[in-house]
Amino acid sequence: MSDDTALLEVRGVGKRFGPVIALADVSTTVAAGQVTCVLGDNGAGKSTVISLLSGVHRPDEGEIRLAGVPVDFAGPRDALAAGIATVYQDLALVPLMSVWRNFVLGAEPTRRFGPLRRLDVRAARETTRTELAGMGIDLRDVDQPVGTLSGGERQAVAIARAVYLGARVLILDEPTSALGVKQAGTVLRHIAAARDRGIAVVFVTHNPHHAHPVGDRFLILKRGRSLGDHAKGELSRDDLTRLMAGGAELDDLAAELDRP
Amino acid sequence: MSAPAVPDERVAAVSPVRRLLVRPELGALIGAVVVFVFFALLSSTFRSADGVANWLDPASTLGIMAVAVALLMIGGEFDLSAGVLTGTTGLAVTILATRFGLNVWLAVLLSLVLALAVGLANGYVVTRTKLPSFIVTLGMFLVLQGLNLGVTKLLTGNVLVGGLVGRSGFDSAHLVFASSVVLGGTYFKVSIVWWLVLTVLATLVLLRTRFGNWVFAVGGDANAARKVGVPATRTSMALFATTATAAWLVGTITALRNTSAQADAGVGDELTFIVAAVIGGCLLTGGFGSAVGASLGALIFGMTSVGIVYAGWDADWYKLFLGAMLLLAVFANQFVRRYAERRRRS
Repeated sequence: MSDDTALLEVRGVGKRFGPVIALADVSTTVAAGQVTCVLGDNGAGKSTVISLLSGVHRPDEGEIRLAGVPVDFAGPRDALAAGIATVYQDLALVPLMSVWRNFVLGAEPTRRFGPLRRLDVRAARETTRTELAGMGIDLRDVDQPVGTLSGGERQAVAIARAVYLGARVLILDEPTSALGVKQAGTVLRHIAAARDRGIAVVFVTHNPHHAHPVGDRFLILKRGRSLGDHAKGELSRDDLTRLMAGGAELDDLAAELDRP
Repeated sequence: MSAPAVPDERVAAVSPVRRLLVRPELGALIGAVVVFVFFALLSSTFRSADGVANWLDPASTLGIMAVAVALLMIGGEFDLSAGVLTGTTGLAVTILATRFGLNVWLAVLLSLVLALAVGLANGYVVTRTKLPSFIVTLGMFLVLQGLNLGVTKLLTGNVLVGGLVGRSGFDSAHLVFASSVVLGGTYFKVSIVWWLVLTVLATLVLLRTRFGNWVFAVGGDANAARKVGVPATRTSMALFATTATAAWLVGTITALRNTSAQADAGVGDELTFIVAAVIGGCLLTGGFGSAVGASLGALIFGMTSVGIVYAGWDADWYKLFLGAMLLLAVFANQFVRRYAERRRRS
């Protein structure tokens, strides 16, 4: 993948929190219509990558380019305005509110003006239904409270909402980690659907089995450093798993645990 | 890569009955019908036109407050100073008009400014310090209670301020806030009109405006709301201001009706407002409830307080009833909440 196709590009970024080097010299690219997976164990620096891309923190070294232009976000609002949306693990959904009220929250469609300005409920419901359907999500009823949805369905609603709100780059923080096998599979389908709509997806996960089928590019992190930034063709799933677990370490562990 | 399009076995999970059960107003509606039938059977006066006008009167002033308090509770906050503020605003109108000789309308207007100042102060402290509104407004409650007594005694040497009749502007103000409307030979208090208008208005705002959506979101999960760009602080401030404005309206209505104000007026009412809102389906934890429900809750109280007298019982039973209704309502709400938050695994 050459630089001119990359929508989001990370060049040698580093971040320090006091004496702790959270991230050092990490580079990767995310292209429109492709999925870049950020993999790593706990403490590898995945959350720091998210915080830099979503404008929560500023990198101390290196630069982030959006569509070829270096960006410097003052905060999450800036990143959001530039089209970088983040779906965090808590999803930012209100359980007691209906699916459609959650979906349009903060960007509610209205009709009429002045004191007569009011929520366009029909448009909101319709938008929710069509946007969810466009992502391959079939909800029986957009009037039900979000709290009654399954974990996978909630994740799907949050992803579809970010897409609807105009995300060009979509950052997903461990969207499959709390889910069962079947639901995780469904969420992977939604990630592919977002990708197929031309969105650049950053899929952060610790699970190589989830990353490999959907990813086009893999950034593997360990203790704040990059273990490699590979295109899909360069790695098999086994390679990915081994890299993730620290290759040689896993072999040592296997030897150690092996019955004599 | 299409999702399973089989329109599916899950649909049966939501029966129309259960959907009706999670409407916040349902419990209050059933309660109101039961209470009405009960007292209507016991007393013919209760079901006469005069009787209806009689129990709609206390329901109206309570209802105005309950609706505003319901909005605030849906937004996830409490206001324990709302009751005593009705006393403060009434005293302000009366004292300004009688001791300072202001036109009654000007006194009413200044009283509104005072109420808004109190409401915004509540909202500012709560949103700024992130302390529970329960404790912040409890403080405000005590401050106002002290001020009501202290200032009134200081200025008038008495705990009762009277003499509104005949002051300039009294007649027109009385017409707007405290007169009666004749309907088929029966006198209905104009406060009933205020109450109905405010209930409709609050319902429209809640269900059909962006602001209403924000109220539910801020009460349901303020952090989630903030993350998607909802101005949570402004929403809370507006809700505290709304409660204070309702307290001003009720204080003004009461003062103009009695043509006087008492220094201890409104103390203790704040809990009744909350109880009416809870009976109307508001969750104590916020994010759920309805203005119509709160109005129905107020109606239940109006009917009971008058009905007990018509039935020839001691009015002391009213408090017992209040407590029983509250417990019943909380049980019902608990059920609703569990239902709404339960995940349906697919």
